[in-house]
Amino acid sequence: MATDGRECIDTEEMYLSMGPQHPSTHGVIRFILRTDSEIVQECRPDVGYLHRGIEKLAEGLTYQQFLPYTDRLDYLAALNYNLGWCLTVERLGGLEVARRSEYLRVITAELTRIASHLIALGSLSLDMGASTPFTYCIREREFINDLFEELCGNRLLYNYVRIGGVSQDLPVRWDQRCLKFLDYFAPRVDEFNDLISYQKIFIHRLIDVGVISAETAISYGLVGPNLRGSGVDWDLRRDEPYSIYPELDFKVCVPRGLRGTMGDCYHRYWVRIWEMGESAKIIRQCLAGLPEGEIISRVPKSLKLPKGELYLRTEAPRGELGFHLVSDGGKTPYRVKVRNGSFSSLAIMNEVVRGLMIPDVVAVFGSFDVVAPEVDR
Amino acid sequence: MQQFTQNLLEYLGWSINETLALAVLLVLAATVIVLFISLPIAGILTFAERKVAGHAQSRMGPNRVLGHGFFQWAADGIKLVLKEDIIPAKADQLLFRYAPYLVVMGFCGTLVCIPFADLWIGADLNVGMLYVMAIGSLATAGIIMSGWASNNKWSALGGLRAAAQIISYEIPTGLGVLVVVLMSQSLSLQTIVERQGGGWGIFGWNFWPWNNVFATIASFIYFTASLAEINRTPFDIPEAESELVSGYNTEYSGIRFGMFFVAEFGNVFVLSAFVTALFFGGWHVPFIASWLQEVDWSFLPLIGHFCETFDLPYRLAGATVFMLKATFFMFFILFLRWTLPRVRVDQLMEMNWEYLVPIGIFSVLGTALWMLV
Repeated sequence: MATDGRECIDTEEMYLSMGPQHPSTHGVIRFILRTDSEIVQECRPDVGYLHRGIEKLAEGLTYQQFLPYTDRLDYLAALNYNLGWCLTVERLGGLEVARRSEYLRVITAELTRIASHLIALGSLSLDMGASTPFTYCIREREFINDLFEELCGNRLLYNYVRIGGVSQDLPVRWDQRCLKFLDYFAPRVDEFNDLISYQKIFIHRLIDVGVISAETAISYGLVGPNLRGSGVDWDLRRDEPYSIYPELDFKVCVPRGLRGTMGDCYHRYWVRIWEMGESAKIIRQCLAGLPEGEIISRVPKSLKLPKGELYLRTEAPRGELGFHLVSDGGKTPYRVKVRNGSFSSLAIMNEVVRGLMIPDVVAVFGSFDVVAPEVDR
Repeated sequence: MQQFTQNLLEYLGWSINETLALAVLLVLAATVIVLFISLPIAGILTFAERKVAGHAQSRMGPNRVLGHGFFQWAADGIKLVLKEDIIPAKADQLLFRYAPYLVVMGFCGTLVCIPFADLWIGADLNVGMLYVMAIGSLATAGIIMSGWASNNKWSALGGLRAAAQIISYEIPTGLGVLVVVLMSQSLSLQTIVERQGGGWGIFGWNFWPWNNVFATIASFIYFTASLAEINRTPFDIPEAESELVSGYNTEYSGIRFGMFFVAEFGNVFVLSAFVTALFFGGWHVPFIASWLQEVDWSFLPLIGHFCETFDLPYRLAGATVFMLKATFFMFFILFLRWTLPRVRVDQLMEMNWEYLVPIGIFSVLGTALWMLV
């Protein structure tokens, strides 16, 4: 009789509480792992440690007042949340948006995407035990933070986009400094790749780990880079265009045939590396075609939206970001629901990590690029 | 060492009871080793590591405490001593308390056998390498004890990983040592080093890896396997901070944590020292060795007699060469840590059993044949 030795030894499963204070559960997320020594049998994500009730708070705030709260939904991609909220309000209210501000919104949104992906890549390599790539990422992100500080005075929670436009016009020669950063950035990505992406140990930690087929990814509602990592060609910027994205030329990054299996951690990792390049391309186009004019259109101070509801989704760094806004015609929203990528990434965790080892849980979770406040809201 | 102390006692003109002298000597040696060798070595290495890390990661590293932050390690040590020593209520008190001592003993014990220079060795045991491997294993026991006693699942996992890893990697380490022992036909560290001198080597260096292609392979195997044995990156899976929080030392604080730390960094030195001694010629001074020995140093004022009695210039030069080589390996290990990610625990085992052990056996057999032919 064939045995793998397990029958002979009396093994016991144990429950392991991974988090909320754990170095690799970014932010405060807890996994309840049922493990057989190091093999994970079940992974139950326990969320809610960062719940601030932001969706409920929205019901007591005017549309403009809710803007700074959207920053706090995802502190690594605050601007994309600003943008998502403003677009939703504008579309429901049928408000006009200043043409120049559309460009500024896209420029800043893509800069934020680069910054957010840098953190995602860096923290994944930190989870894999290499701390130097993380500091490289932080160093590059610092330039983006500086650019934002010049632009709107904030480095993390920008609160830059306004309903109808943006809050500030570009400072003098900001566009040149931005271009300078992009020129500086491209070789830095190559350097980063040399340091970690082609690193043999790193590759072997990521390939064939946490494989998600396209069907599974779609059925669990995975979005954004995680979905594209499974080979699904889906990007809201192209497929459900908003703002000025239809006018821009960019590629949707879907990996085809890297090392390992389609849909493993390494594919999700590469999608982010490529997207940074595409974002840089978009920013260059926007800076080149930046029109003159007003940066914000006339929007009434006490904004009342018509009765109705709308679900609008945009492509944030962590994938689909949807605001479901219900208005009863008053000054404040009747109900707001936020849908985002991190939550669905957590939902699929159990499916993916079952049978893997504890170090792989870290790898899979890192490759999903989950941000805790976005999950808990 | 014994000869050195006898010389020293004669020089000072002391005459005391022999047994008492031995006891005093032992206590003195232990104190000297722990206070003046282990702690500074480990401490300075932590400083070096943080500086290397700083420069690798485009930041400064420690730069406040005295000369460019050099005394940061002393400040850290004092901080660790002054901190509260927390012992979890449900920990196994005895094991929890004694585990760090074992780990430190494992490290300090190996220091005895490091040949710093000709005759400058704590004890030139004729079973030197056996002793080193045996006493080095004390650390394993300490790590498993600490992992178990902490009553923490992460620590237990760390301890178990350490057990599997260190015990498995003893084999390729042993095979690497075996190659050296075969070639030098001795287990004594001094003899091993002595036999690497002279011959047709360049600079009067005749390292084993230059001598024999199998020894070259063995040197790589020994270095890699030893890295895994001392739990350094990329094989630091027993403490794997991003997976196991901090592994076996999660629950430790204060001076007990400091002991683990001293042992970890001390082991970096020990590894470098043994790689130097076993494979890279130890203390052999190039070009001027014979000249240093021949010159009559008694012409020097004050220290002349002392120099001549102990052959000081020659030995100092040897120690310098030894330390330089060891420093090279130490920095290599530090750079490794700040470059490489960590392997997974099953990949680590796979590497050991599928690559290192077979290649190790191959190189041992090859060396044996080489010695026959």
